[in-house]
Amino acid sequence: MLRYTLKRLLSLVISLCVASLVIFMVIEVAPGDPASFMLGINAQPETVAALRTELGLDVPKYVRFLDWVGGMLQGDFGTSYTYRTPVTKMIGDRLWVSLPLAIYALTLSTLIAFPVGIYAASRRGKLGDAVVMGATQLGVAVPNFWFAMMAVLVFAINLRWFSAGGFPGWDKGFFGGLKALTLPAIALALPQASILARVMRSSLLDMLGEDFMRTARAKGLTRRQALWRHALRNAMIPVLTIIGLQFSFLLAGSIIIEQVFFLPGLGRLVFQSISQRDLIVVESVVMLLVFSVIVVNFAVDLAYAAVDPRLRSRT
Amino acid sequence: MSFINAKTSFVSAMALIAGMGMAQAANTDITVAMQLEPPHLDPTSAAAGAIDNVVYSNIFEGLTRFMGDGSVVPGLAESWTVSDDGLTYTFKLHSGVKFHDGTTMDAEDVKFSLDRARAEDSTNAQKGLFKNIADVTVVDPTTVKVTLSAPTGNFLFNLAWGDAVIVAPESIENIKTHPVGTGAFTFTNWVQGDKIELTRNADYWGTPAKLEHATFKFISDPTAAFAAVMAEDVDVFSGFPAPENLPQFEADPRFQVLVGSTEGETILSTNNKMPPFDNVKVREAMAHAIDRQAIIDGAMFGYGTPIGTHFAPHNPAYVDLTGLSKYDPALAKKMLAEAGFPDGFTTTLKLPPPSYARRGGEIIAAQLREVGIKTEISNLEWAQWLEQAFRGKDFGLTIVSHTEPMDIGIYANPDYYFQYDNKDFQKLMEDLNLATDPAKRTEMLQKAQRIISEDYVNGYLFQLASMSVAKAGVVGLWQNSPTQAVDLTAVYWKE
Repeated sequence: MLRYTLKRLLSLVISLCVASLVIFMVIEVAPGDPASFMLGINAQPETVAALRTELGLDVPKYVRFLDWVGGMLQGDFGTSYTYRTPVTKMIGDRLWVSLPLAIYALTLSTLIAFPVGIYAASRRGKLGDAVVMGATQLGVAVPNFWFAMMAVLVFAINLRWFSAGGFPGWDKGFFGGLKALTLPAIALALPQASILARVMRSSLLDMLGEDFMRTARAKGLTRRQALWRHALRNAMIPVLTIIGLQFSFLLAGSIIIEQVFFLPGLGRLVFQSISQRDLIVVESVVMLLVFSVIVVNFAVDLAYAAVDPRLRSRT
Repeated sequence: MSFINAKTSFVSAMALIAGMGMAQAANTDITVAMQLEPPHLDPTSAAAGAIDNVVYSNIFEGLTRFMGDGSVVPGLAESWTVSDDGLTYTFKLHSGVKFHDGTTMDAEDVKFSLDRARAEDSTNAQKGLFKNIADVTVVDPTTVKVTLSAPTGNFLFNLAWGDAVIVAPESIENIKTHPVGTGAFTFTNWVQGDKIELTRNADYWGTPAKLEHATFKFISDPTAAFAAVMAEDVDVFSGFPAPENLPQFEADPRFQVLVGSTEGETILSTNNKMPPFDNVKVREAMAHAIDRQAIIDGAMFGYGTPIGTHFAPHNPAYVDLTGLSKYDPALAKKMLAEAGFPDGFTTTLKLPPPSYARRGGEIIAAQLREVGIKTEISNLEWAQWLEQAFRGKDFGLTIVSHTEPMDIGIYANPDYYFQYDNKDFQKLMEDLNLATDPAKRTEMLQKAQRIISEDYVNGYLFQLASMSVAKAGVVGLWQNSPTQAVDLTAVYWKE
């Protein structure tokens, strides 16, 4: 087990090194200069040069790369070109919106998907199943920002129950914050719930054909009892994998929803930073996301090995 | 039955969540939304209009200032005298003016601010405004003398720009995140990505603001902007991004729509050094191929004033030269043939992100196609546009709104991205800078407008309209935008 862990750890370190280099190179290649962006079309060339010096953009690229990596090792992502505040603090502030939103959406999606998936599996081929399959097909097909706009139209403009967007901040009270995240979370959750419900249903149906289910039925359990007691637990493995994938998607992929609800989250930060060529912010956020995905994968690898001893010898 | 129960409980759960955290704003508070968030809050080291929107006149003030009608009036300078040769300006400052951190604003601060803006390592985006300043001398705490190297007719106008506001050496270090000025509002808080909050300055030296608190919110998506106004989440949306929605707000008694003028000349910029645009015949032909009103109607939903030269129509010195480039596709074709392009030609049309460019570009491409000019459209981000078109001069045509006030002088710089090189025009601009007599200046400005119009340097399309939506009870907002600003100092709620 130790050897396996060390091997995985080495692969984690190599992945991070390669990722940082690729991220830096790809993002620095993008045409556009943060200093000329900030100074606009009336600026004199010498002013742009002065700002480049002030921002530290006139040093060679490899020096900037080493500074960036060196800083990150100490938990310091550097200073944003446009905002002139530490990137670490900016990301931290935004995570307070994006992380709760992702968790909220994932919770909603799970709460919707589980009962719906189980219901559809237990009614396989009947009307209820057909309705669920049709609705989730629609849920997968319709983009989340459309749900978002419809939700705003109904609940914010017509019913006036919610604000059309914005985030009051957690310091103004937990429920105020939760309320502001409710419509965005629903909009994010509906497509995810549709996917998850379909995975849940098909995974359960797979289990229903297994030998142990036949045995359970032979022992005298009803179809429903067998489903709850035996099939559900075994069907959870693919479902949990999907939930894990959805979480990283929700954390990084809510850019459009954050635009629609004008939430100060990570997605909006990336979007803004790209257009302003605030490269160091873009690089740092992407690096952070890559880091979290790699670390989660590392943990999952270890967990697989823990539950399935065959994996340890195979690698 | 169970379905109905589930539905009711869902609805009541939503209603419950909706009831949480409700708060009614008092009528001394205002929430102003705008599309772009400022990158930082130092108006003296960036071009972003969003910075001025928040800080101009609210937080920072200059020696002179713009009013909503475009006039330049005294600001921190109470009065001034100009020497007969036009080279020395002596400003008398208001006494008893304090910065928000309690330090006194005096002649030293004026010297510091002007010297900082024109310094070698200055990062002032409009450094050109200060290039004629030779020396700034402190005479006494409320008197400052500015000596120019050459007479500058526009000097007092230049000092009214947001880039020329007075800052203090004591607070300059953190100005980007914590601006300290002399204005009627003090900066209180900035939640980056979300909002900036200002509070009334109780110790303001002039007429105090009527509002107690002001919040700026940033909503970039046009659909979200519409929703935020309709849901009454915001009181004012300055620079409303979707002109197609304005009629709906006009018809709604809850709102008022403010449409005014800006300093933004929207032009079809033409690369004057790139063949075939180096031929004035070709440029003239192109001017006749463009139907301005169709662009204003199609891209801006009717908001915008046609222009025939690079000058704001609301300026008293404006000359209407739209007749020189009347829409006449047959004439355009004929002129193209005379210029040696009977079958037209192909060029590039590079479009930056604003909707006037993206929507207008499609219409112009169609109009040019009618006379045989084919365009390859590429949509660029601003950073790419600056790199390729503006700095690299790698474009045939592009559409940009030049929003700086009184910027006809850009035509005197042969290196400017559209590369117009006319010695007579350059001489005229030099003379204009030296002229201080208003009548003479007007005459020269009008001559300048004619020269560039008759040379068909660029396609002159329309003056960008300023479009804002506000709740019906809000009084005192600027209708026009002589400079980028959301001046809240005189804004209040009607009872």
